[in-house]
Amino acid sequence: MKNNKISGAEAVIRCLLEEGVDLVYGYPGGAIMPVYDELYKFKDELHHVLVRHEQGATHAAQGYARSTGKVGVAIATSGPGATNLVTGIADAQIDSTPMVCITGQVGKHLLGSDAFQETDIIGISTPVTKWNYQITEASEIPEIIAKAFYIARTGRPGPVLIDITKNAQFDSMEFSYKKCTGIRSYTPKPTLNLEKVAAAAELINNAKKPYIIFGQGIILGEAEAELKALVEKSGIPAAWTILGLSALPTDHPLNVGMLGMHGNYGPNLLTNECDVLIALGMRFDDRVTGNLATYAKQAKVIHFEIDPAEVDKNVKTTVAVLADVKESLQALIPLIESKTHDAWHNKFKEKYKIEFNAVINEELTPTNGGISMGETMEMINKHSKGDAIIVSDVGQHQMFACRYAKFNSTKSNITSGGLGTMGFALPAAIGAKMGRPDREVVAIIGDGGFQMTIQELGTIFQTKVPVKIVVLNNEFLGMVRQWQELFFDSRYASTVMTNPNFVAIAEGYHIKSKKVTKREDLDGAVAEMLASKESYFLEVMVEKENNVFPMIPTGASVSEMRLS
Amino acid sequence: MEENKIFTISVYSENNVGLLNRISGIFLKRHINILSLNVSESEIENVSRFIIVVKTTEKWVQNIVGQIEKQIEVIKAFYHIDEETIFLESAIFKIESSLLFDERQIQNIIKESHSEIVTVSRDFFVISKSGKRSEINDLYDKLKPFGIMQFVRSGRISVSKEKMEVTTLLEEL
Repeated sequence: MKNNKISGAEAVIRCLLEEGVDLVYGYPGGAIMPVYDELYKFKDELHHVLVRHEQGATHAAQGYARSTGKVGVAIATSGPGATNLVTGIADAQIDSTPMVCITGQVGKHLLGSDAFQETDIIGISTPVTKWNYQITEASEIPEIIAKAFYIARTGRPGPVLIDITKNAQFDSMEFSYKKCTGIRSYTPKPTLNLEKVAAAAELINNAKKPYIIFGQGIILGEAEAELKALVEKSGIPAAWTILGLSALPTDHPLNVGMLGMHGNYGPNLLTNECDVLIALGMRFDDRVTGNLATYAKQAKVIHFEIDPAEVDKNVKTTVAVLADVKESLQALIPLIESKTHDAWHNKFKEKYKIEFNAVINEELTPTNGGISMGETMEMINKHSKGDAIIVSDVGQHQMFACRYAKFNSTKSNITSGGLGTMGFALPAAIGAKMGRPDREVVAIIGDGGFQMTIQELGTIFQTKVPVKIVVLNNEFLGMVRQWQELFFDSRYASTVMTNPNFVAIAEGYHIKSKKVTKREDLDGAVAEMLASKESYFLEVMVEKENNVFPMIPTGASVSEMRLS
Repeated sequence: MEENKIFTISVYSENNVGLLNRISGIFLKRHINILSLNVSESEIENVSRFIIVVKTTEKWVQNIVGQIEKQIEVIKAFYHIDEETIFLESAIFKIESSLLFDERQIQNIIKESHSEIVTVSRDFFVISKSGKRSEINDLYDKLKPFGIMQFVRSGRISVSKEKMEVTTLLEEL
């Protein structure tokens, strides 16, 4: 009989290969060294990217997952290595990103002894993981890793953490791999109830002012074609949450824009005028709804959702269609009458005109002051033609990026939505570009967030990954400053940034760089950046105290959106 | 504002390390205190049953049960109000043995409360009582004047008045 025995560490690598993983992000350390030793042996089959901080590994894995739809993988050692993953895990949990994190742990006999670099990462990560598990025996590895990937990618996706004690990595075991196809206590997607679909269709067909709002569920469920078909057949205007952005091309005639606090004027105001609100794969986040007590009270609400815990959580539904959104839309579309809603759609156009005159025109073509963030986005649109993946960080620039970026195809807007993690974009852009080397990837980052994960410039330099980095520098923590201006009588407490010479830093990492301070240089610089075959760093000095408008102040209603 | 009520949450789950932490974290995240908790093996092998008592609004309890049921290793979760369940808790009282003979009334209290003498030794005797919270409180109040050496009460256990299909559901697993 053939001896099939291999080490637990080798089993980890073989499991990853069985799951189709060819790229992992990580950082070595004592308790994960046996796995790294195997990564060395398997380097031709499984590429490992050394990041500069474990948080970067999670965000890179997220960027990879969001651009490809595959599971991202991050590896770290025990103790601080593991705790440094937590922000990225929490981000992936709230934004439903499929990710598997593997951490080393002290040997089983040392658990609970406060050994060197021992930390209870299972306890720490429990509230922010879809599932986690500590492996203490080598023999558990294949079954648990198979479960980890199954759980991370099925149903509403999310992060899974697997903690592996050092003895389990060293010990030998009999290897055989079987993909996980089901877990008795876990139902990834509810079974579609066709009666609910029929009830939804009836409401939609009888509606005078129906309105579609869609979220990331469309992208995660790969239901972009169904969304487009529904919108076109029904003639219903559709707006998006920031994680839903790019699921429907931005120039689609029925795409009316962005929902929420800094979204477009019409999509917010008209939420309180529609008669049937059709929510597709979105969860009525507070940044989208504003004050729930005055949110869409006049409307019948239809919620297409995969996660039963989201139904009626924030907004009471008239009809809930619990299922995979692709399946439910496929069932719905044949029941929908072909229509147009011109008068209703025109209301969105009228509101857009108001917003254009009050805000957008000045933002995109400023007549005075410094360069605006909006015109920078418009310049990127001009040269990328809407074909780039835009990875934004968190703050004012993120809102400008989401409001003004043009997208022709899906999985192209990558940003930290639910958690609002500053420092997300630079490592996420690395992952996005590695996942989609055929696409142009542009990171849009503020001067604050850039300095939270700036060390990942080292990863870019070492791997030569050709990401384009745009830092919109207003020498402020701009979003907080805006709130201070509006709600705290302009007391700028700790929001002024004295910044280093970013171009010198980027050049220190041998990344081609340019700084733009004048409007007339912007066009050429953006063109040069996008034409570059290598990574490129572009710093744009922007108007210091510009605000993002329109805006729904916290606690206000969507119908109380301010234009200034 | 919706009114706070007592709810009994029942959870059937796999018997795995860390699941208690995962479930209790759902209450922690919402700043809700658990009034009583009982975890034990259920009628099905390797399936645990949690009985959790909380005081909160129905909206919150729905939200909590949804989040609990979403956990990978949770098989099923329910909630009930008191009127929908038969519930009881158990208590154990340790009392000095001499009192049993010196204070004849204690014997009457034990008899009237339908509690049970578990053990009698030279120094102390132990009685146990199962029942509603109020019955146990009542017994406690009656025994207290004589001096109670130790007292401990369990979490609530309960069964629903309605026929629950959970047993058939679990058997299918």
